[in-house]
Amino acid sequence: MTRTVRFRLTRDQEALRAGVRELLTRRFGAEALRAAVQRRDLDRRLWRELGAAGFFALRVPEADGGVGLGLPEAVLAFEQAGRFLLPGPLVATHLAAGTVPGAAAGEVVVAAVDGVLVEWLAEADVVLGDVAKAVALTSVDPLTPLHRVPAPDGPEAAPDPVAVLLTAAEQLGTAVRVCELAVEHARTREQFGQPIGAFQAVKHLCAQILERTEPARAAVYAAAVTADPVDIAAARLLADEAAVRGARDCLQVHGGMGFTWESEVHLHLKRAWVRARRAGGGAQGAELLAADLAAEPA
Amino acid sequence: MDLSHTPEEEEFRAGLRAWLARVLPALPPKPSPGDWPARRAYDLGWQRMLYDAGYAGLDWSADAGGRGATPTQQLIFLEETERAGAPYVGANFVGLLHAGPTIAAEGTAAQRARWLPPVLRGEEVWCQGFSEPGAGSDLAALRTRAHRDGDHYVVSGSKIWTSHAEVADWCELLVRTDPAAPRHRGITWLALPMDAPGVTVRPLRTLAGSAEFAEVFLDEVRVPVANRVGAENDGWRVTMVTLSFERGTAFVGEVVACRRVLDELARAARDNGRWDDPGLRRRLGLLNAEFRALWRLTQWNVSEAEAAGGAVPGVGGSVFKLRYSHARQELYDTAADVLGADSLDLDRPWVLDRLSSLAYTIAAGTSQIQRNIVAERILGLPKGR
Repeated sequence: MTRTVRFRLTRDQEALRAGVRELLTRRFGAEALRAAVQRRDLDRRLWRELGAAGFFALRVPEADGGVGLGLPEAVLAFEQAGRFLLPGPLVATHLAAGTVPGAAAGEVVVAAVDGVLVEWLAEADVVLGDVAKAVALTSVDPLTPLHRVPAPDGPEAAPDPVAVLLTAAEQLGTAVRVCELAVEHARTREQFGQPIGAFQAVKHLCAQILERTEPARAAVYAAAVTADPVDIAAARLLADEAAVRGARDCLQVHGGMGFTWESEVHLHLKRAWVRARRAGGGAQGAELLAADLAAEPA
Repeated sequence: MDLSHTPEEEEFRAGLRAWLARVLPALPPKPSPGDWPARRAYDLGWQRMLYDAGYAGLDWSADAGGRGATPTQQLIFLEETERAGAPYVGANFVGLLHAGPTIAAEGTAAQRARWLPPVLRGEEVWCQGFSEPGAGSDLAALRTRAHRDGDHYVVSGSKIWTSHAEVADWCELLVRTDPAAPRHRGITWLALPMDAPGVTVRPLRTLAGSAEFAEVFLDEVRVPVANRVGAENDGWRVTMVTLSFERGTAFVGEVVACRRVLDELARAARDNGRWDDPGLRRRLGLLNAEFRALWRLTQWNVSEAEAAGGAVPGVGGSVFKLRYSHARQELYDTAADVLGADSLDLDRPWVLDRLSSLAYTIAAGTSQIQRNIVAERILGLPKGR
């Protein structure tokens, strides 16, 4: 029997993931993250570097000057972006790369209305959607400025499945990262004369983060392969849960240190909250998945 | 990342599908759950049909009498048989998924020749004598004793949670042969003939009301030394081969089955009007996401196993087992909300399944033990003192 490359990363995909990770480690490590929280503006130089690395043009056909890769590769890149808490309207700019001039290269920052929210409106060069009545919020996430716009009349429009999936990929990255942070802390922090990770109660919190992360990973990667809107909705719900609850558990494992501004844990939780409010998650995703079940008997 | 299949695999699927469509309508009616001899005959009959059609021991290696199929083919087999509503592995479970693979991996040529073909041909049933009243999750605490007497072991003790014990020909038995050794090092694996003098089987009634398990009492039972698989006192290592099988692939067909139940639940909710309750409807939607993800996680794990040369599924199976067992309970709890007051009527569909689902977070390692395994062996957290 011939054996094909299976439902796992190809060498090229592993290399791409390593490349994005290397770039972000170098350009957006712990120091840069702290500085960004202080500054709270968008680092245009980093944005152009992302553009030059092909982050935005990843799925633009080679004939049009893009990288010519697909959704699986985009998902791997966005997972890393999520892991590093990379700020900026990444999804909107990535989606605009084929249509808005300058977006692919990272020369232009593109923001977009998503439901009743707009991320990074003030920093954007191009804004997609009606923002005439946009009002600034005091965003819970120090690295995601938010505006609110009135809800559109009529029924909720179906979101772009690719945007929903890329958000899921970012959430997956958060889930992976908070698992690492929780385990790292549980192994090193000592109380009662032993690492707290030796206590079963703490161990189980860490295990449950992984328990939510691995099914989410399988769902996100599979949805990237099938591009099926129902698969994407499933991936999104699982990834939202893995990120939000994972960050909560990670904070709990960190104890008092997790409650400080100094720790990076709260940044993961807050970003996960922001992403979970984007279109396609929550009740909207659950309804789509329910409708799929209620479809006429096969 | 690729979810497509090779032409060979599609051919395999088509052939299997055609065969199932041909043979399933001709199957005898399912025996009643309480009729153990009839259940044995039915399950063995199905295994014989698989054997005659060349589907027995699909995932077993060729030198164990199997087909040496890839994990992906095994996945296709489980998917298609479940979709077609084919019989479950039933009484053949321990033979095909526990004892058989252990003998294939650790037995001598003579042992393989004696025990494996009857399992594949549907002629002999195995049961499992691992757990004891005092050794559940802490299996290494087992106390059933065996001492040598010439070319026999003399075994005394008791085992519990033994499925199909009433109708089994053989029992894969763990016994303590060296009480002085560290507890993992004094255990031996024996094949016990269930008709040996001194073996008593007592059915064990579960909270579901039926006797799905049994207790097995062993009083000075003589087991030939030739029935030992692996070295004396090496039974723990021999057994771990088996247990990692259980955690890896045993639930694949059930995930497919759960997805079918979920579709039936949605139809039932539509019919009885509870579909209009957004809370319930969205819970069903979330379960759709859950079981889709579990299926993808299965495919992912199988691909990883395939890449590792078809190796035994490892501790990664613990993550799957944890998530699946809780999802299954949530599925039947949701079924109860679809049923409303009918969920209190044992004659309604899904009510017994709800009761049975309570075992899933306990059997084959409780969720709490699984989380210790995940935390220590995957995440690298230290063992407690």
